[in-house]
Amino acid sequence: MTDRHRILLLLAPALVILGGLFITGLGLTLLRSLRYFPGLGLTDPDLSAYRAILTSPGFLKSLGLSLWIASASTLIAAGLALAAALLLRQTFPGRAVISFLVQLNLTIPHIVGAIGILYLFSQSGSFARLAHAAGLIAAPGDFPALTQDPYAIGIILLYVWKELPFITLILLANLQSISADHESVARSLGATRWQAFRHVLLPMLMPGLAAASALVFAFAFGAYEVPLILGASAPKALPVLAWQSYTDTDLSTRPEAMAMAVLIALFGLLLLFLYMRILRSGGRDAP
Amino acid sequence: MHPRLRLLAALALAGWLVLPFLPLAVWSVAHGWRFPDLWPRALSGKAWGYALSDTAGVLDSFALTVFIALSTTVLAALVGIPAGRALGLYRFRGKGLVTALLLAPAILPGLAIVFGLHGIFLRLGLVGTTGGVILAHLIPVLPYMTLVMAAVFSAFDTGYEDQARSLGASPAQVFRHVTLPAILPGLLAGALFAFLISWSQYLLTLAIGGGRVQTLPLVLYSFAASGRNDITGAIALLYILPGLLILVVTSRWITGRSAAVVGTLRP
Repeated sequence: MTDRHRILLLLAPALVILGGLFITGLGLTLLRSLRYFPGLGLTDPDLSAYRAILTSPGFLKSLGLSLWIASASTLIAAGLALAAALLLRQTFPGRAVISFLVQLNLTIPHIVGAIGILYLFSQSGSFARLAHAAGLIAAPGDFPALTQDPYAIGIILLYVWKELPFITLILLANLQSISADHESVARSLGATRWQAFRHVLLPMLMPGLAAASALVFAFAFGAYEVPLILGASAPKALPVLAWQSYTDTDLSTRPEAMAMAVLIALFGLLLLFLYMRILRSGGRDAP
Repeated sequence: MHPRLRLLAALALAGWLVLPFLPLAVWSVAHGWRFPDLWPRALSGKAWGYALSDTAGVLDSFALTVFIALSTTVLAALVGIPAGRALGLYRFRGKGLVTALLLAPAILPGLAIVFGLHGIFLRLGLVGTTGGVILAHLIPVLPYMTLVMAAVFSAFDTGYEDQARSLGASPAQVFRHVTLPAILPGLLAGALFAFLISWSQYLLTLAIGGGRVQTLPLVLYSFAASGRNDITGAIALLYILPGLLILVVTSRWITGRSAAVVGTLRP
């Protein structure tokens, strides 16, 4: 058996399964979004579903909200993760406990964290009760809406909670492969600690940080169960809106749901492309 | 950094990481915990008693979720080991494309494919079946497994296999006595995290299970949505138990040299 045949044979089952499920799933979504559905007598593909959603204020608000959620969550989580990784790189009493907590968080399903955030930050949640005990508010309604709110604060809090450890672990793995010599050389040449970090360490961490951020952005943009629990009823995050359109008893909204899924897929593919470019340019230091 | 400042930062981080678990834990033993009480009027084991009773169906759902996650993991390992071997050991034309195809399901949101998948599975009669849910879970799990195995195989020396073969070992013997022991640590770590990926799926199960395959996250959501915070708390704690166990088993691998696992972590 030649190497070519062997490689093909080894890859075949994975390609058949993933191709079969993923490509056909994506392909059928695309066809249906073009209103091609012979079973319902729709045989002339057209773009009316896309026109309908792109001119609908509800859709544009949802798209904007999801972009806001993904950008804010990614930026805050990445910034805090950088600080957390630099902290955990040092040795201090209790570091093992924090390392354990960071890893523990990685195993927690998003839905559990989302319910925990809800019970903490809702208007009758733990912080509202503390505010009442401190005499700051008289009734739940006086507490600022931090969950199911128009700015998606609860959703962003959840993603910061959940993705901070994710990015931190990737950065820590990268830090292990970067020798401390680079920084000490910079320091011995007269760089301040900040300069050594800014001009030596940070550029070396950037590929890993950017790649992890791309993953977090894609996840926060497209996840369903987090905005389901922590999101407001209007505007809805894009995945919740898409699911609602899909399960609507009025079947005519289905092509629109499919078109939303296609747009979500396009965003995902764009991020995948960026991710692979970062990996290639970042060399072996990237995850 | 100043030691005291560092300690403060460490405490803040630890507190933030633990915070969401606190209300879940207290709710699970709370009996009457209305606003603005800071602490429940009374503590009770009622919610736990209900969640662990035969009638509630939570334990059945737990078992079903374990079964689905285990089946998905085994299938993903059977398919992912050979695929990972091809990607880890060989350079070939189209490797970039294959890697992209493997990364796509791992990065693209489930929502991008779930409607189309639902249409296909409807036609195949797989909607509402456990088998259908397992197949659907392979979409996020198989890429992960394959990429972990690719990283494991890229550090594998095939010379040992050649030696075993030249000494007369059959292909099965070579795999059983040479290859498997070498890849086992990476395989186990990958399998445990593959289990967790299936374990935390929500949307794919909801869509393909069609309401008939009630895994733990779906049950958890229905209690949370109906405002039963006490039972929700108990189920939430049950739900994170396997992850906790897996972490205790693997924590040394994650922090240690095993870049294979860290490199393919998922958000």
